[in-house]
Amino acid sequence: MSLDTVAIAKANPDTTQPFAELGLKPDEYASIKEILGRRPTSSELAMYSVMWSEHCSYKSSKVHLKQFGEKAVKTDALLVGIGENAGVVDVGQGYAVTFKIESHNHPSFIEPYQGAATGVGGIVRDILTMGARPIAVMDPLRFGPADAADTRRVLPGIIAGVGGYGNCLGLPNIGGEVVFDEAYLGNPLVNALCVGVMKHSDIKLAKAAGAGNLVVLYGAKTGGDGIGGVSVLASETFESKGPAKRPAVQVGDPFVEKVLIECSLEIFAEDLVVGIQDLGGAGLSCATSELASGGSGGMKVQLDKVPLRDPSLSPEEILMSESQERMCAIVEPSKIARFLEICEKWDVTVTVIGEVTDGNHLEITWNGELIVDVPPRTVAHDGPVYNRPLAKPAYIDLAAKEILNLPMPVTPDEIKATVLKLAATPNLADKSWVTDQYDRYVQGNSIQAQPDDSGMVRIDEKTHLGVAIATDANANWSYLNPYEGAKLALAEAARNIATAGAKPLAVTNCLNFGSPEDPGVMWQFAESVRGLADGCLEMGLPVTGGNVSFYNQTGAVAILPTPVIGVLGVIDDVRTRTPMSFNRAGLELYLLGETENDLAGSEWAYMHGQRGGVAPVADLQREMRLIDLLVAGRTKKIFTAAHDLSQGGLSATLTEMVLRYNVGATIELENVGISLLSETPGRVVVAVESAQVSALEKEAAQQKIALTRIGVTGGDSLTINGAVIALPELRKAHTDTFPKLFG
Amino acid sequence: MKIGVVTFPGTLDDRDAARAVRYAGGIAVALWHNDADLHGVDAVILPGGFSYGDYLRCGAISRFSPVMEPIIDAANGGMPLLGICNGFQVLAEAHLIPGALTRNHELHFLCRDQKLTIENTDTAWTSSFTQGQEILIPLKNGEGAYMCDDETLAMLEGEGRIIARYVGENPNGSRNLIAGITNERGNVVGLMPHPEHAIDSLTGPSADGLGFFTSVLKALVK
Repeated sequence: MSLDTVAIAKANPDTTQPFAELGLKPDEYASIKEILGRRPTSSELAMYSVMWSEHCSYKSSKVHLKQFGEKAVKTDALLVGIGENAGVVDVGQGYAVTFKIESHNHPSFIEPYQGAATGVGGIVRDILTMGARPIAVMDPLRFGPADAADTRRVLPGIIAGVGGYGNCLGLPNIGGEVVFDEAYLGNPLVNALCVGVMKHSDIKLAKAAGAGNLVVLYGAKTGGDGIGGVSVLASETFESKGPAKRPAVQVGDPFVEKVLIECSLEIFAEDLVVGIQDLGGAGLSCATSELASGGSGGMKVQLDKVPLRDPSLSPEEILMSESQERMCAIVEPSKIARFLEICEKWDVTVTVIGEVTDGNHLEITWNGELIVDVPPRTVAHDGPVYNRPLAKPAYIDLAAKEILNLPMPVTPDEIKATVLKLAATPNLADKSWVTDQYDRYVQGNSIQAQPDDSGMVRIDEKTHLGVAIATDANANWSYLNPYEGAKLALAEAARNIATAGAKPLAVTNCLNFGSPEDPGVMWQFAESVRGLADGCLEMGLPVTGGNVSFYNQTGAVAILPTPVIGVLGVIDDVRTRTPMSFNRAGLELYLLGETENDLAGSEWAYMHGQRGGVAPVADLQREMRLIDLLVAGRTKKIFTAAHDLSQGGLSATLTEMVLRYNVGATIELENVGISLLSETPGRVVVAVESAQVSALEKEAAQQKIALTRIGVTGGDSLTINGAVIALPELRKAHTDTFPKLFG
Repeated sequence: MKIGVVTFPGTLDDRDAARAVRYAGGIAVALWHNDADLHGVDAVILPGGFSYGDYLRCGAISRFSPVMEPIIDAANGGMPLLGICNGFQVLAEAHLIPGALTRNHELHFLCRDQKLTIENTDTAWTSSFTQGQEILIPLKNGEGAYMCDDETLAMLEGEGRIIARYVGENPNGSRNLIAGITNERGNVVGLMPHPEHAIDSLTGPSADGLGFFTSVLKALVK
């Protein structure tokens, strides 16, 4: 193919261009022509197509996401907000923490191992780019039915990919979720979260300031993988026919990324960069246009200088390639020698590819010929914005009218059978088969990991300051009521931080939905965003950033609306955290919070094939009082253990608690069926010494949280209203499921 | 006492190993793979990780790093040397200990809290333990199955050179449940599980791992 230059584009305005194949709509192509006053060159078209893709431009979600800014709480804790690679939060003692969650759903379906691996790699680079040392990862995952043939294809590959990449980077994996539902059969969800820590003064931003400063590309060489990943993969619905999309999946090399991390941190420590950006989705197109529009406004790049793995790549392909493990830095000329020296020490490939200019032109040349001349802002930020039609789907009102008809255990035999069935069902069964493939110990600061309610890492060895993170989504509730579902997921994630005694501080999110071109899906999305924004405002938690993943749908069938909410909390002394379970007999067990008849959207209903009913309504004021109670319970040393109730209700919570340290419990419940199976939000089981009961009663009364004594710890069984379940039998039910399914 | 901790490209547990040395009361000295100078250290730890991405074979490239030359010389002269996980693989590639580490029998990376028995307390790295003592430390690896020929196995058994064995179900398919071995002289130890992640029950399953690091400090004082 001959080189298409700006001069040729001016001379031949009517050349037919493959904009549709690149995922651009006719009106989008027309507005590119209007911006440039001519047709784009093929390289410019490539850049606009990836940067204006749904994945990069948020063109369908922008009008809704702005609520996170409009409804934002005023807080001094937020050091860097939405818009940068990741938000940054002040956690005290001079430390800043950055965290973010992203999706890598489509690539992981096509190529499970590499899709999941590069999902981890991408989010880790986002965190590194802020100037932080990455300290932990988490991965909420969703799959089709556990026994489906395709789940056996994608799950082992995705788990191995998350582990293979994260383990090799030396990042502890401290939690996540594994959820099964037929809605994800053709669209598994792979979300990856990373958290990093730095001192306030070390924060780095994606801006190319200062004319004459150098544009430096370092890390892996550019190859032909991941071309069009954001446009042809992540921004389209899967169809059963059509060409294979595997070449659009990136291939990762975690060893290169590990070296890149250490090399970058050494460069940051010597303050050698003005601005920095990683190359992720949309590769160089994104990095150059975002850096330029964030800084002085212009940039000159010699594209032929980019080191290539495959010398046959065309300029368009180089601009679109999503080859992993690459970073782009802006460096003052006086500091370049030291920059190159550090790269050499780490054997990292490094090339000066251009320089920052004043003005408003991103100019890219190929062997001296001008092939791109665009205002960088029009590529990075001025993409199309759609106010897509939305309509409440018909199923919402129909589902609300459905009356659930579920078997309720009454006799001891029925109670025992129910508890065992829940313990073994894939959504609630022990996930060690998964989490044992992840390194949770590396770096030596992991305080909590799966199966704890949240992951917790120490960030200062002397003061014992730490952070806790939890991610949650309840797609069943979001399906019934997306507004409440988002609020409930937020409340659950915050509660999961607080059970250990950490105080929730900030929120990130990964919003996984079907096609935005379906008004019903768009309504689910709009309602979810509204719920999350309202919830964050009410709870006083800033949204620090997030990610939207649309087009999670096969044909006309969308996934369940799945807003995954991540909450970060801070704990002043990790040594004083409240553990999730008890390791001795004779403790009193109490249930905090009231239990209503909330079976709609519950695991028990799901197990009986019933999706209807009315989802619970979030009471965030009560959730906040419960959080205060949980934090006070730690600081005042009232609790010996605390564990959240969520999917699987009290039955699942008790199962997890007694199995953790192999200490049983004897429980007496009124209305045993509802008590065990209802999933009313805002509930926690706590274990306390008898001497602490009056302190517990006082705190609960003060916070107006219902308190019910449900039993006592001890023995070698979980006994509920006379139903005796020996711990070995319960353990077998809980732990056999995954090895049996996945070997 | 100064204990060197080597960083190869892709090493992950170097800071953990240095922390363990400090917890035990020693001074940790960072050694760089490309620097053939031991900077006067009294002992060396090759920590865990994925040096050179485990490409080719685990430890196969690191074994040829400049720093390995003086380490091999010093170890042959009696300097205490501990290889943990990837470090164990480097020791095997360098032929400082016999045998090889191969893919776990279930073909997955496995991270879990693992019980071991200490079977030889006469080495530079195990004297703080009692014979037969059961300890709990993390095991985390993808290629941890210890393999050797029957003759070598008989020799290791006969000479008491198996320093630690897995308790219970074999986690990775190692012959005779071998978790760690020593050389003839008892100064070089290769260990698959990670004592540096078990120096404090706050961040590990126990503090049992500390014994490896206090052992070497004791050995150096003698």
